[in-house]
Amino acid sequence: MIVAEPKPIKELLEMVKDFNRILVVGCKGCVTVCNVGGAKEVAILASSIRISRKKMAQEIEVEEHTLERQCDPEYVDELKDMIGDYDAVISIACGVGPQFLSERYPSSRIFPGVNTQFMGGAEEHGIWSERCAGCGTCVVHYFGGLCPIARCSKSLLNGPCGGSANGKCEISKDVECIWDLIVRKMMEQDRLDELIEFKPPKSWITARDGGPRRMIREELVK
Amino acid sequence: MNDFKPQIVAFCCSNCASSAANVAEGMKKALPDNVKIIQIPCTGRVEILHLLKPFEEGADGVYVAGCQEDSCQYVSGIAKATKRVTHVKKILEELSIEPDRIDVFNLSAGKGQEFVEVAYEMVNKVKELGPFLQA
Repeated sequence: MIVAEPKPIKELLEMVKDFNRILVVGCKGCVTVCNVGGAKEVAILASSIRISRKKMAQEIEVEEHTLERQCDPEYVDELKDMIGDYDAVISIACGVGPQFLSERYPSSRIFPGVNTQFMGGAEEHGIWSERCAGCGTCVVHYFGGLCPIARCSKSLLNGPCGGSANGKCEISKDVECIWDLIVRKMMEQDRLDELIEFKPPKSWITARDGGPRRMIREELVK
Repeated sequence: MNDFKPQIVAFCCSNCASSAANVAEGMKKALPDNVKIIQIPCTGRVEILHLLKPFEEGADGVYVAGCQEDSCQYVSGIAKATKRVTHVKKILEELSIEPDRIDVFNLSAGKGQEFVEVAYEMVNKVKELGPFLQA
């Protein structure tokens, strides 16, 4: 899933301080799963804004709405009859959401309510970690199913480096050295010899370095 | 400010705090009439939104009264509630509202006296802070 974290409420209040009719829009996709942008979080943010304005004795109308997904035009369309009633819209979807809303409703003022962090998974409830860098050419099968692009601080394809100690990366004792895990996994699978084979420098053409990406699948296009 | 009577909302666990309330009643110990009790099956059910809503509706203070950490009938209810109260304190701080307007207390079924004391403690603390919404 795409993992995000809430923007500080103070920052959001500053963003919308000049607006009195605010629509908070959530998304039932990834941000619901990582507890940052679903219907529950929409209600918490809306309530926080109302409390703040009430405290300042200022008039405010905050409406709540959660879309099935903010990254699909058919669901974004759902707002067409209501969005015009509000002078500010806070999207608490990942960075895709506020952009899709801005593109579909060009005259509306759209504000991002979360900071999108990474593609990852839940280690346990409340703890998420990065697993994929979206490089466009998956190579995890060479490395025991673990990704050195996303999980090695240097994205090394021929590791580990000298900064690996006791299974931890030199950047922080809280960061595990993925190359330590890769070597252990390959030993367990009796495939250590495969790591001796030199991996040539990766082509980043399929990654973000090749510019903004677009994908067309003709079999799906109407 | 002395005649200010804060409106307090208390979320009370039905297993311990509410039993403590019954004990208090038996001891003829009365709760302050400005504390509104909301009885819940377990404090672990209290969500962040539940804790914010009273402030949205104009309450001056909120507290959660639940079990001791090691005697929650549902194992971790009060621990979860404590974390949520801490989170709401952070939200209130971000909204420039005194975080002391919300708190959590650990009680047990027999502590009738303490149940009433906690209510008065909260009332007095919020009274010191003044009304949540300025007139």
